[in-house]
Amino acid sequence: MSDTTKSMPAAAGASDMVARIKRYGVWIAAAAVLLVLPYIFPSGAAITTMCLMGIMIIFALSYNMLLGQSGMLSFGHAVYYGLAAFVTAHTINWAVKNGVPIPLPLIPVVGGLTGLFFGILFGSVSTRRGGTAFAMISLGLAELVYSSSLILRSFFGGEEGISADRTKLLRFFGYNFGPQIQVYYLIAAWCLLCVILMYAITRTPLGRMCNAVRENPERVEFVGYNPQFVRFIAFSLAGLFAGVAGSLAAINIELAQASFVGAAQSGAVLLAAYIGGVAFFVGPILGAVLVTLLSVKLSDFSEIWVFYFGVLFVTMILFAPYGLSGLLMMHAQFWSGPFGRRIARIGRLFGAYLIAAIPALIMLAGGILLIEMIHHVAQKGAEGANMHFLRRPYLTVNTYAALPWVGATIALIGGFFAFRFTWPTVAKAWNDALADTQRSQS
Amino acid sequence: MAELIIISTLNGVLYGLLLFLMASGLTLIFSMMGVLNFAHASFYMLGAFLGYQISQWAGFIPALILAPLLAGGIGALVERFGLRTVHKHGHVAELLFTFGLAFIIEEVIQIIWGKLSVDYRVPSWLDFPAFTIYATNYPAYKTFMLLFSIAIFIGLILLLTRTRAGLIIQASLTHPNMVGMLGHNVPRVFMMVFGLGTALAAIAGVIAGAAFVTQSNMAALLGPILFVVVVVGGLGSLWGAFVASLLIGLLQTFAIASDWSLYKFFGDYFTPTRGTILHDVWTVTIAQIGPILPYLLLVLVLILRPTGLFGTRET
Repeated sequence: MSDTTKSMPAAAGASDMVARIKRYGVWIAAAAVLLVLPYIFPSGAAITTMCLMGIMIIFALSYNMLLGQSGMLSFGHAVYYGLAAFVTAHTINWAVKNGVPIPLPLIPVVGGLTGLFFGILFGSVSTRRGGTAFAMISLGLAELVYSSSLILRSFFGGEEGISADRTKLLRFFGYNFGPQIQVYYLIAAWCLLCVILMYAITRTPLGRMCNAVRENPERVEFVGYNPQFVRFIAFSLAGLFAGVAGSLAAINIELAQASFVGAAQSGAVLLAAYIGGVAFFVGPILGAVLVTLLSVKLSDFSEIWVFYFGVLFVTMILFAPYGLSGLLMMHAQFWSGPFGRRIARIGRLFGAYLIAAIPALIMLAGGILLIEMIHHVAQKGAEGANMHFLRRPYLTVNTYAALPWVGATIALIGGFFAFRFTWPTVAKAWNDALADTQRSQS
Repeated sequence: MAELIIISTLNGVLYGLLLFLMASGLTLIFSMMGVLNFAHASFYMLGAFLGYQISQWAGFIPALILAPLLAGGIGALVERFGLRTVHKHGHVAELLFTFGLAFIIEEVIQIIWGKLSVDYRVPSWLDFPAFTIYATNYPAYKTFMLLFSIAIFIGLILLLTRTRAGLIIQASLTHPNMVGMLGHNVPRVFMMVFGLGTALAAIAGVIAGAAFVTQSNMAALLGPILFVVVVVGGLGSLWGAFVASLLIGLLQTFAIASDWSLYKFFGDYFTPTRGTILHDVWTVTIAQIGPILPYLLLVLVLILRPTGLFGTRET
């Protein structure tokens, strides 16, 4: 071993080293970030939010194994998440009752196996066909499971759900996982592990075949693979990771509820994955972080934040089908050439964006004000004329006066036309940046 | 017993016809554009709420005419400015777009009309018992719904088979390129069909909203059943959708009227211990599992006959 190392040229050894750092450095950096995050954001609310993010990252990435990697649009991914959460809650209760020595950090394994089991069971029915048929079958199965939750009360616990006390299990090196910070590290560890595993899967021949099935199932068949089987394997594995996420969710709030298997949960993961961008591995991670953050923060500003969420989603589908990560990657191409030139190039492009952003913000403000006023007049008539815009008392608007309505309408329409007026500027800045990149490369 | 069967059959056929009003539009849109409109049930809901609002202002008959026209117009706009834009990104993007649209329509309805059910009532001139079977009064409004649905159904068949517009639509279903070559504006035909389909769903909403509950969750409750109808009938088959609508309508209506359970028949011989899953299964009545019967049917059909009852094409 040492002989071969010595006989290798020094330069090759160095490049090998660089490759290795590139390969493992990302994960080590990710682990370091996860370790220090609670010190940067030490408040209780922040740690709770980060726990939710970690769970959502696993869930969204597992969803992307279907949508992004294999081209299967599922409307029922929460089934595996939710069923695993229930089995987790039952397992904890059973272990506590019978004194079975399982520490909490191993419980997500149970959830993962549950997800895998149901993934295999339902996958064998639903993955025979891709495309629209698959989407509808996934929806039907999700409704089937959700409706059964109202019937099988001893398993799903009816309205209250199944609660489980995570602190009563066998202690893990003295930790009882009572404080939220301990749960954070548990979730962070599982999150990192699952992300690494899911990334590794994309690099295997199986991951490549999934991509091939997504692109052209007919051709996959010609090459000699069975696309149905590839879809089935991908589906089962996605069920496994969704199960881990569901299990962590049950541990996090010490409760499993029927809403965990519901359509809203399936919709949430679809939104997270898509907004982040399904074409890149990091997309769903970005999406999960953003969607969790928005769902926690937006309710501070508006009662009807879910509506804005839906509008964001549809806007992304119409204008940025590759999601946030796609937008980032579009700009990554400008990051080449001499350092000063890179900065200048991107600076000029963002200058153009800034010019476009001003009318866009005016348009948005007008639109949001109109919608909030309509909501206030239609739903909050009893509260009188005054509305706290964005729930801020210093932004009180009189909805009975004509001025706010006229002003908001002018802002919306005028903003839109001014925004359109800036598009050629942005397009020109984009083309200039592209040309500059090509010049600096040649 | 005979009374129960007659009333349940009437109600089941009525429910089935309402389902078909929606499923027919969904099927037409699917056959033509290959996109399954996730928001179809949302247009049904939109029809119900618009119908409620217009009937508050102007009465039921204007609502019955204006609400479907409005909803159909919105549907046509959605096709023109939404679906046509996402079309280039593929079927998954189209499906996702309609999913997002369903989401937005539900939120908009909550913003305007709130989360609670609105007081949408049967018009007073139709609020009387039409006839009496044994001891049950059958409401005139339900008779009206039945006849109206059948009239729309016949009208749709005549439109598709006996008019020039129907011929162009039928031709565009199978040979869109050839129809384009012959000088017809195929994208406009698509837009019209999308508008027609959503208007049909809205008609169902206007007449069903008054009889049932008009609430912002009605699309989410009905949407999945609509997909079951389309899949069970066979994707793209209008006759299949008709048969499946009636089948599911009857299935659910008869299920609600039944209190059979395993316990009722075998309770004398064996009773599982309370609090176990087996006990839940043993004591659940057919009425309670009524909501999941369509989905069970869906899974069965997919295992036994993946193309659906009348379907010929694979997706």
